[in-house]
Amino acid sequence: MKALIIDDEPLARSIVKEYLQSHPQIELMQECGDGFEGVKAIQQHQPDIIFLDIQMPKINGFEMLELIDNPPATIFTTAFDEYAIKAFESHAVDYLLKPFSKERFDKAIQKWMSQNNVVVQKNNTQSLLETVSQSPMQSQRIVVKIAGKIKIIPVEEIQYLEASDDYVKIHTKEGSFLKNKTMSHFEQSLDANLFARTHRSYMVNIQQITRIEPYEKEGYVVILKSGAQVPVSKTGYVKLKQVLGL
Amino acid sequence: MTNSPNKKFKLVFASWWFAWALMHYSVVLNFGATNLQAFADSFISNILLAGCCLLIINNMRYYVPRQEKYWYVLVISFGLACIWLIITRVLLWSFFKSDGSYLAMVSNSSTVRYGVAFLMLGCMATMCLLFFTQKEQKEMDGRKVEAEKLAKEAELFKLRQQLQPHFLFNSLNSISALVSSQPEQARKMIHQLSDFLRGTLKKEENQLVNLDEELQYLELYLDIEKVRFGHRLSTIIECEDECKTMKLPPLLLQPVVENAIKFGLYDTTDDITISISAKSINNYLEVVVTNPFDPETSSPKKGTGFGLSSVQRRLYLLFARNDLVETKAENNLFITSVKIPQVN
Repeated sequence: MKALIIDDEPLARSIVKEYLQSHPQIELMQECGDGFEGVKAIQQHQPDIIFLDIQMPKINGFEMLELIDNPPATIFTTAFDEYAIKAFESHAVDYLLKPFSKERFDKAIQKWMSQNNVVVQKNNTQSLLETVSQSPMQSQRIVVKIAGKIKIIPVEEIQYLEASDDYVKIHTKEGSFLKNKTMSHFEQSLDANLFARTHRSYMVNIQQITRIEPYEKEGYVVILKSGAQVPVSKTGYVKLKQVLGL
Repeated sequence: MTNSPNKKFKLVFASWWFAWALMHYSVVLNFGATNLQAFADSFISNILLAGCCLLIINNMRYYVPRQEKYWYVLVISFGLACIWLIITRVLLWSFFKSDGSYLAMVSNSSTVRYGVAFLMLGCMATMCLLFFTQKEQKEMDGRKVEAEKLAKEAELFKLRQQLQPHFLFNSLNSISALVSSQPEQARKMIHQLSDFLRGTLKKEENQLVNLDEELQYLELYLDIEKVRFGHRLSTIIECEDECKTMKLPPLLLQPVVENAIKFGLYDTTDDITISISAKSINNYLEVVVTNPFDPETSSPKKGTGFGLSSVQRRLYLLFARNDLVETKAENNLFITSVKIPQVN
């Protein structure tokens, strides 16, 4: 079985490496010092399990997992993160609190081995990501992958969101990016004082709005600073007025 | 109405009623009453009215209405004036039963008497209300100042005590990793971490410390981070000789350096240098901390988050100035400068 360690501290990686020595069936493929390396290494090695730190430079552990289409089984290693720990507990993905003992590490490995139902593991990881994406820590920015590169979009730079098949198109002044999420996901995770769902397929950053104009029968359209026009449905208009305090 | 100006108040109160009684006396005389009648009329009316006023004062001394205070004033003056009018009339009637024309005059002037009494009582009640409300407000303000003083002390204590659990647990994890591979290094780090923790605990808040003591402490912190992040972190600490004995509040710079580490080290992947330099400028100690940051992931505006606002708050509490912390971003370098006034 193949494993990866992703942690920005060399010593933290070395302790996992040391503990892994007593599990000869697990082969350590690579150690990664940040999330970017992690994404590449996961694509390259297709590991069965990763040991993932949460607080890392540039993109954190959760953001990294979001960028991977089929995230592998994950054991989180973290020092202290109240919110994340709550999320772990409710979603049964195992986690190791630093500093952790060899016994605790072995137990986590055992748990993973016995729980060999890949589907359950995947669902756990997905629901975990869904939960943490709504934490204040995660709702400040969105990480997307574009042409093999990773792009970090601060939420205030988003102009509007548009549903596009199974994806959501994030429009910014630098262009638009696709994210493999639903509109209702963004409606939940983005700050409701900053974004209004104006339409079944549209969500708009209210700070980008310059004016609202009537459009055809009973409809409206918002004009953004960039000149873009975003449709507003009848119920969306009510919501928009609420957010704008009209 | 309070104890100390009590005498003065009594005197003013008495003179006021005396003057008012004289006026009353002359008005009644003008309406054709005899001397005795005018005197009795004025005496009875005004003594009773003064009594009513004292009643209001006493009442308000123990109970100041909080809600509907203006209705309270209206109702109390209305009611007391009614009672007053009835008693005065009963008394005057019983004294001068035989003089029909005088009694008719008393009867006819009832409205005027009532109006005057109502106004007097109303004014008295309003004055009392204002006076006692203000007094209560003053006491409340005093308490507030006291509470703020206590809160300030507590806050200073808390700000200083803010230990970073992240740092602590990660350091312990590093030690755990070192134990098997480099036991000597592990032992050294235990000592460093102990000295660092001791440093956060022992210092007296109000005792200013020398800069070189504070710098030694920061170096300890940076050394621990160097063990954690190995080759990635290098530091430059510059301090002019004359600065070494300059004074600053203990652990003031700690959050500034923590901030530099957070954005400079935790959030970047390259090798980085954090520099701390101290200078003496016109009776100020100026400490400048420089760290690189990644403009892609963190904007320097956000970087002034909690760490630096606590420094600013502390300096404000100590020196009552808000302009002692400055930050700027230049070519991916984040520069924080802290000025500490030197008080001799």
